[in-house]
Amino acid sequence: MADSLVKMRNITKNFPGVLALDEVDFTLRPGEIHAVMGENGAGKSTLVKVLTGAEEFESGEIYLNDASTPIVNRSPQEAQQRGISTVYQEVNLCGNLSVAENLFLGRQPRRFGMVNWQQMNRQARAVLRGIGLDINVEKPLSGYSIAVQQMIAIGRAIDISAKVLILDEPTSSLNEQEVVRLFELMQKLQAGGMGIVFITHFLDQVYQICDQITVLRNGALVGQYAVADMPRRDLVAAMLGRTFDDLATIERRPSAVAKKAGVPVVSAKQLGVAQGVKPFDLDINQGEVVGLAGLLGSGRTEVARVIFGADIPETGSLEVKGQPARPNPLASMQAGMAFCPEDRKAEGCILELSVQDNIILAEQTKRGAFHLIPKSEQDKIARKYVELLQIKVPSLDTPVKQLSGGNQQKVILARWLATNPDLLILDEPTRGIDVGTKTEIQRLCVELADDGMAVLFISSEIDEMLRSCDRIGIMRDLKKVGELVGSEMSTAAIMSKIAGDDFQEGELNA
Amino acid sequence: MPSALSRVVKSRLFFALVCLGLVLALDVVVFAITNQQNFFKIELSPANTLTGPLMQILYWAPELVILAMGMTLVASCSAGADISVGSVMVLSGAVGIKILGGNNIENFKVEEYAVPLVLAFGAFIAVGALCGVWNGFLVAKLKVQPMVATLILFIGARAAAKVVTGGTILRVEPKSFRWLGNYITDSEGNNIFPVPTQVFVAIVVVAATALVLRFTALGTNIQSVGINAKASKIMGIRSDRTIWLAFVFCGVCAGIAGIIMTSKISSIDSQWGARMIELDAILAVALGGNSLAGGKFSLAGSVVGAITIQALKTGLLTAGVRAEQMPFYQAIVVVIIVIIQSPELRPMASRTLARMRKFSGKKVVKS
Amino acid sequence: MNSDSKNRPQDFRVADLNKGFFGGVFAKFYGNNLLVLITFAMLVLIYSAASFIFRDQNFGSLNSIFSMLHSWPHLVVIAAGMTMVLISGGIDISVGGQCAMYCMMFAYFMQEDGWNVNSYVMIAVVLATGLVFGFAQGVLVAYFKIQPFIVTLAGMFFARGLTAIISEKTIGIKNEDFLGLAAVKFTLPFGGYTDGGGVYQAPYIYLYAILALLGVVVLYIVMTWTGFGRSVYAVGGSEQSAMLMGLNPKRIVLQVFVIQGLMTAFGSFLFCLSLPGGAVEKAVAFEMNAIAAAVIGGALLTGGVGNILGSLAGTLIQLTILKIITSVGTLSSGWGPISTAAMMAFFIAMQSVLTSGRRKRK
Repeated sequence: MADSLVKMRNITKNFPGVLALDEVDFTLRPGEIHAVMGENGAGKSTLVKVLTGAEEFESGEIYLNDASTPIVNRSPQEAQQRGISTVYQEVNLCGNLSVAENLFLGRQPRRFGMVNWQQMNRQARAVLRGIGLDINVEKPLSGYSIAVQQMIAIGRAIDISAKVLILDEPTSSLNEQEVVRLFELMQKLQAGGMGIVFITHFLDQVYQICDQITVLRNGALVGQYAVADMPRRDLVAAMLGRTFDDLATIERRPSAVAKKAGVPVVSAKQLGVAQGVKPFDLDINQGEVVGLAGLLGSGRTEVARVIFGADIPETGSLEVKGQPARPNPLASMQAGMAFCPEDRKAEGCILELSVQDNIILAEQTKRGAFHLIPKSEQDKIARKYVELLQIKVPSLDTPVKQLSGGNQQKVILARWLATNPDLLILDEPTRGIDVGTKTEIQRLCVELADDGMAVLFISSEIDEMLRSCDRIGIMRDLKKVGELVGSEMSTAAIMSKIAGDDFQEGELNA
Repeated sequence: MPSALSRVVKSRLFFALVCLGLVLALDVVVFAITNQQNFFKIELSPANTLTGPLMQILYWAPELVILAMGMTLVASCSAGADISVGSVMVLSGAVGIKILGGNNIENFKVEEYAVPLVLAFGAFIAVGALCGVWNGFLVAKLKVQPMVATLILFIGARAAAKVVTGGTILRVEPKSFRWLGNYITDSEGNNIFPVPTQVFVAIVVVAATALVLRFTALGTNIQSVGINAKASKIMGIRSDRTIWLAFVFCGVCAGIAGIIMTSKISSIDSQWGARMIELDAILAVALGGNSLAGGKFSLAGSVVGAITIQALKTGLLTAGVRAEQMPFYQAIVVVIIVIIQSPELRPMASRTLARMRKFSGKKVVKS
Repeated sequence: MNSDSKNRPQDFRVADLNKGFFGGVFAKFYGNNLLVLITFAMLVLIYSAASFIFRDQNFGSLNSIFSMLHSWPHLVVIAAGMTMVLISGGIDISVGGQCAMYCMMFAYFMQEDGWNVNSYVMIAVVLATGLVFGFAQGVLVAYFKIQPFIVTLAGMFFARGLTAIISEKTIGIKNEDFLGLAAVKFTLPFGGYTDGGGVYQAPYIYLYAILALLGVVVLYIVMTWTGFGRSVYAVGGSEQSAMLMGLNPKRIVLQVFVIQGLMTAFGSFLFCLSLPGGAVEKAVAFEMNAIAAAVIGGALLTGGVGNILGSLAGTLIQLTILKIITSVGTLSSGWGPISTAAMMAFFIAMQSVLTSGRRKRK
């Protein structure tokens, strides 16, 4: 058997303005389940796309099966022919076709040039039995749960003689039993000598099933580790880019403003979303910056969305200044909330509209479409925030799409500040923007809180949370697992909490 | 200076004006050759009307300008089009005249008004609005693709008009009915004012639309929904209501256009009235530099686009193209515009160029 | 695997019936599609009601059923093609305009005092024109990524305008070969009725009606038992998935439009046989009938789901309703399109409710 199935060496890839992969190495051996981990923008999906031919790369080599000549996959099909198959979180099969068809689409068994349905169904049953799935293959795929669909996708990959299987966040939408089933299947395939690349955000699952971990950060390789030799908190540290020795003085926010007594601005009790974040409690007081720390996919964004009413809660209650809240964005805005979403492009900017329109929009909607803010006032508001946030724009009429990422972020921030909120929710406000702007935004948070605003601050960077937050809630695997206040807050404490070391040490050794 | 210039060149209105210029140039040639007529000459005729090729265009363009207003907003927020406008015009005309005539309809002629004229015109608009409500319901609430949703009335409304009129042409005799779609006359039938009234109706509709958009946030909301519905939702903008509103407005525009159409010829013809005008309206929006895939819009562009279409049609008619043949040429213009707007065009062109270069390069090596 | 079954209470269980050979055919025939079943039930219901109400008009006889096919053979064929286009995720509203154009081509170019083209040559020319028309529309949709609605709306205007450019007159067809072909009919020894005079009226079916049904069957076979047909379903279900599974969606969409062009030309040829002649106003609003037939037959406007045989049921429902309208005798011809539009609205609303329910479950 070959020593390695896939060997990627010095892979470099640029996106316009961003170095997505910087001389990254990656090695996958037969019979290995290999986790690829990293925060947003770390480059893990780009790495996989380069391997499967979905993206081109500029330099570096990919070797298969210890071969001496490098290969380049130009398309996912080509990669598939070389034995590399991918199964995505949103299953890339056709829900309207039967299970059997999905397994054999494009390579149906024929008789007299016609699709032989009976033989196809027979073969399909055999393939699925091989992976422990006994279902009616003539039903449409969409009738089955995501878990089964994923296993069918894996079945298809195996049947096209895959040697390398890439599972891209397969467990995000599965329940616990389904995850167990998937893991059983993965272990079975592993025993058969297949190499599996497993992309996930769930630390528990990595420690449960993986042998090796490759950690990426900001497009660079941090390292490849054997799971057994890698304590959880070291893994978290590697992903977040800090070590435990690195406790150099972080300029802590000068002691928080004494909490003004009275009702909290927002008070969530056992608030939870179906198939989303598990029920949690959270109070945010006036003049307080509350942080939410956790890895990508840990549920921190979901907390923000459900508080703002962008997602409908399934359980629990939410009170805003003592009043029960209605779960829709407009009502939340009128109750004094503001929400800068994580994905600037998809949920924030109206790219083709001008800077001024983008800044005014939220306040305008809050007042109602028929109560137009007078042009002069619009101008004043826009100017005020452009100045306050030092947004660099040629003019207020410039379309937002012509601005840099940092300035776009500031425009969205300006939009929400213009609504004079009591609670400002910032979901990763500093992602992908330059250091100077980052510092400005952190400082702004603190200033706003000093003026009495409540701020919910979500970030992957622990430093900036330590600098700006009074209190930090910790999220892990869609659960809120704790809260750190004042002197409890330290890089080490946060990472331990995120990693879940505190109570799972025993489990690890077992 | 270069940046200012490039901004002007890139603006929607510039595209629209260039198209208008090209068409007018074509018209000048056509009128010079076929009629030996100066295209730009406007005279006061003995009947106290302004005549000339340009006035001819102004006489026919208003319906299209009005329809283009509604279509612009629909295209902006729903990334589709309302293809039922022509049929809705006819239906509103049929119902309106039926109400106007009441029991006084004899031999398919309305000799005397049964209800005040204003009320009948109100009925035109109400029918249009109701059709818009229906279209908007399908698109905004049931999430049907706009063009499939409006296909129902595209066929259904015209057929309903046929049922209402009994399949014949209904005529309106009293002269005052003609005022909104022609020249205003005194009791002896002399023209009082030399410019056709519908021009002013169009100006009023355009001005009202522009003012409403200027003094409310609706325009921004419509664009915002069309560009990024997800972000709009986060900001509390209800995309379903916005889209619905645009369709109702489009229906109202069709009702007003229906008034002008029926008034112009003092009759309603459910079969031939407003035929194929929906493509004209869509074309006007596209020629105005607006994307049919939604997003930013320019009302002024659409107005210019509508006038361009009418100028093109007038030119083609003068050149001897028959009305029934017109769609052929319009279709070609549409295809050219959508190809130009297609985001696939540029990469495709560069790929082809690269391939050609490669090909010629090989040739060189061979030789 | 039992855990998944509880997740889908609304799942239609026709597939559970598919035991044994007939069961298999049954399952395939209905394609797990509730809408198709509703359509067939509706067809039977409407037709039975009509035969009851118009007892004196022999609705129950084969003569009556054939006469429906004789009146609109083109709808049978083109609705099937439309179903294929809808399955692929597109739409084609140019069919009415194309139909007028092809009929006009037959009528104009076969005139004895004009071009006097041989009828068989003309048939070939029309079919070839259909291919080219479909190809042009397909390229614009698949490779330029222009909305199929816009493309085919332009196609509709193009074809109608071109019809008028060929001729604005209403031209009849006098070509003997052609009329001979139109007159070929087969009489059946059963299924007729005895008329008021006590004379037995044997049912007969024209060749063009048989050709129309044949066209549907062929397309059904293509869509059900060939790799291409299944790929069309896949592309309509999810273009991206189809691509990741190694198909070429662009080429498949292009092929769909080419075949649809051919089907439209073929259907128009049959129409011309049943009603020889060309006019600019021929087949006005016909696109609606074709789309309605497909939609009533269970094709989802969102693509991926549809049944060619279902479109036949959709066609027959429409023809039955048209027959009822003419049977009543006093109704305006406007009621035909209105009833079609109303039915389409009903089915679109139902689809929307069904699919949004499915969306929410996810």
